[in-house]
Amino acid sequence: MSKPVLILGAGSDIARALAHQLGAAKYDLYLAGRNLEELQKDARDLEIRYAIKARGVYFDALDFASHEDFYDSLETRPYGVVLAFGVLGDESLARSSREQWEKIIHTNYTGCVSILTVAANRLEQAKEGFVAGISSVAGDRGRAANYVYGSAKAGLSIFLSGLRNRLHGSGVRVITVKPGFVRTRMTRDLELPPRLTATPEQAARDIFQAITKKRDIIYTLWIWRWIMLVIKSIPEKIFKRMSI
Amino acid sequence: MLVSNWNNCPRVEAAMRSFRSQEEARDILGQTDRCIPRGLGRSYGDCSLGENIISTPGFRRFIHLDPAKGILECEAGTSLDQILSVIIPHGWFLPVTPGTSRVTLGGAIASDVHGKNHHLHGALGRHVLDLRLLTPQGHVLVCSKNENPAIFQAVCGGMGLLGLILSARISLMPLESVFIRQKTIPAYDLDELMSFFDSHHQSTYTVAWMDCLQRGRHLGRGLFMHGEHCRSHEAPQSQLIPPGCKGISIPFTLPFRALTPAGIKAFNSLYFHRKSRRTGYEISSIESFFYPLDALANWNLLYGKKGFLQYQFVLPRSTSRSGLQKILQHINSFGQPPYLAVLKLLGKGQGPLSFAQPGYTLALDFPIRPGVFSLLNALDRVVQKLGGRIYLAKDARMKKHMLWEGYPRAKEFVELKKRLDPENKLSSLQSRRLGLCQNPY
Ligand SMILES: Cc1cc2nc3c(=O)[nH]c(=O)nc-3n(C[C@H](O)[C@H](O)[C@H](O)COP(=O)(O)OP(=O)(O)OC[C@H]3O[C@@H](n4cnc5c(N)ncnc54)[C@H](O)[C@@H]3O)c2cc1C
Repeated sequence: MSKPVLILGAGSDIARALAHQLGAAKYDLYLAGRNLEELQKDARDLEIRYAIKARGVYFDALDFASHEDFYDSLETRPYGVVLAFGVLGDESLARSSREQWEKIIHTNYTGCVSILTVAANRLEQAKEGFVAGISSVAGDRGRAANYVYGSAKAGLSIFLSGLRNRLHGSGVRVITVKPGFVRTRMTRDLELPPRLTATPEQAARDIFQAITKKRDIIYTLWIWRWIMLVIKSIPEKIFKRMSI
Repeated sequence: MLVSNWNNCPRVEAAMRSFRSQEEARDILGQTDRCIPRGLGRSYGDCSLGENIISTPGFRRFIHLDPAKGILECEAGTSLDQILSVIIPHGWFLPVTPGTSRVTLGGAIASDVHGKNHHLHGALGRHVLDLRLLTPQGHVLVCSKNENPAIFQAVCGGMGLLGLILSARISLMPLESVFIRQKTIPAYDLDELMSFFDSHHQSTYTVAWMDCLQRGRHLGRGLFMHGEHCRSHEAPQSQLIPPGCKGISIPFTLPFRALTPAGIKAFNSLYFHRKSRRTGYEISSIESFFYPLDALANWNLLYGKKGFLQYQFVLPRSTSRSGLQKILQHINSFGQPPYLAVLKLLGKGQGPLSFAQPGYTLALDFPIRPGVFSLLNALDRVVQKLGGRIYLAKDARMKKHMLWEGYPRAKEFVELKKRLDPENKLSSLQSRRLGLCQNPY
């Protein structure tokens, strides 16, 4: 493989769409996740379509202890790392169930810190490459409906921003992706406003562009940048009374 | 959500679920009492409609490609245009292709689609080496000419009623260039038009456009077209530059605004005379030869909200001539000409519900207007009397008896269905209308 991109959580809809974009641009790929059998099929598909090399590899975001070995056992050191795993979880359950909030926090935050810490060190040594982390607009402000999820994503956004700061000048770029609504399996049961909702392909295109065009933070759809600007600017005194 | 197929009629409320893996497909089948697979909805009618739809285009991975032998395996939701984009660079082409590439492999097998080369190469089913079928009871069967042969034959053309096709392995056709060498010949009446199919029987691709508005002496006037893949030495030097002479787009370019009968008449004449003046061979690209309409996204919407109907039938060779004549006369007296009329010659068919039988097939597009249903009923009577049948992938309206008389092996199909699907899980609006779930006779 040459200059492979490692996609963590490669079974997610956005990740799958992004894998096609990267494949079409001739990046070799590691597809990492828990459903190894399906990931191997995805990898074969990408190989045939784009004449690249692609491998499915087992990765469990919650098994922190395995992360370093996982990363170092990849045959070829990744040139780029896309972090695409995450769970929405059940917020109302998280109010009463420790198991639930732990799952949300550990998948969306702790697991990210764990694997990205390894990745950042290796990339820094190599002096080139990128990390693209998929965070969320939910991390921009706490809302009653999803603050456990949102706080984990806020943690991830801050982590990525700090990492970008640390790696600046090292040749390694860090990209924060903040999707608004995306029509995926994760949101399949939610009713989403069509104008504000991206398809996984649209989101993937935006992420691909951010990777190739050297951006720091992107929102997808772009309009979410402005929506979040407004939402962030509402004084807490007022915001706490609102239900948005 | 409201769902309709390519002709926008009927439009029905349906719950649509998609899947990414065999396990998910099995779960969906297990959880619904009644459902029908749907690919890209390029059929004209209700064969892939019902209250519960299993949508396949999300299941579209390439599984294997042998670029030396020309064998491809992929999941059933893969579209033919995706397949072409992968195989053409390796020097292969689809052995059979319908007039649009925006169909899924599964949908194409389930309709046992034919192309312009049916007289030589048969329908798509003939080129399927094997397929994997998820039965309504949740088993995965490998079906081929040797393994489960009866099921294999019936699944090709089986309209999704025997199981969900998960994947298929097909053999491809070698290709030396991405160009087609084609020739258009004017025919001044039906006899001449039909005779060209015989005199060009050796041509790989043959098709004709017919001007349905001619009467009397010129009844059945049209343009016959035949084509071959260019050999590498015949192909234009630069593969990237589109051929100098524009690929002509018989039989599909139509001015959709000129929708009045007079407008169509004027267009037909103009088209006929302009094309007739061209002699000799023209070189065109694969896209413009096989898929002229794919360049116009959503042209189907130009027919308006009510949608349209495509009427495609095949008549046995022995009755084709008199039958076509009668049909053209009916159309003429109706006063609402079809916008499109495409004639092809078919060879032998295969599966019990496969459309093809040796003879001529005519496809006609009618906008939905008052009277069109009674016209089609009248055409049904002609087709039925002459031993013809209607293509299920193009049917939104025929009556039960048309199917049972036109497809003598339908009984065999239903027997097989009872065995594979005793609870009648797989059922479409069409299968219920036509009694394909239980033998009505
Ligand atoms: C412009 C145009 C030109 C055409 N030209 C031709 C032509 O030249 N020759 C020809 O033969 N046809 C032609 N067709 C018809 C088209 O090829 C068929 O209707 C084809 O079946 C459509 O495939 P689809 O993926 O859209 O399937 P759909 O229309 O969604 O479904 C068609 C049938 O296949 C079944 N099905 C779909 N997927 C599966 C699966 N995975 N397993 C089991 N069953 C399944 C459905 O239940 C349904 O019965 C044309 C259509 C258009 C729009």
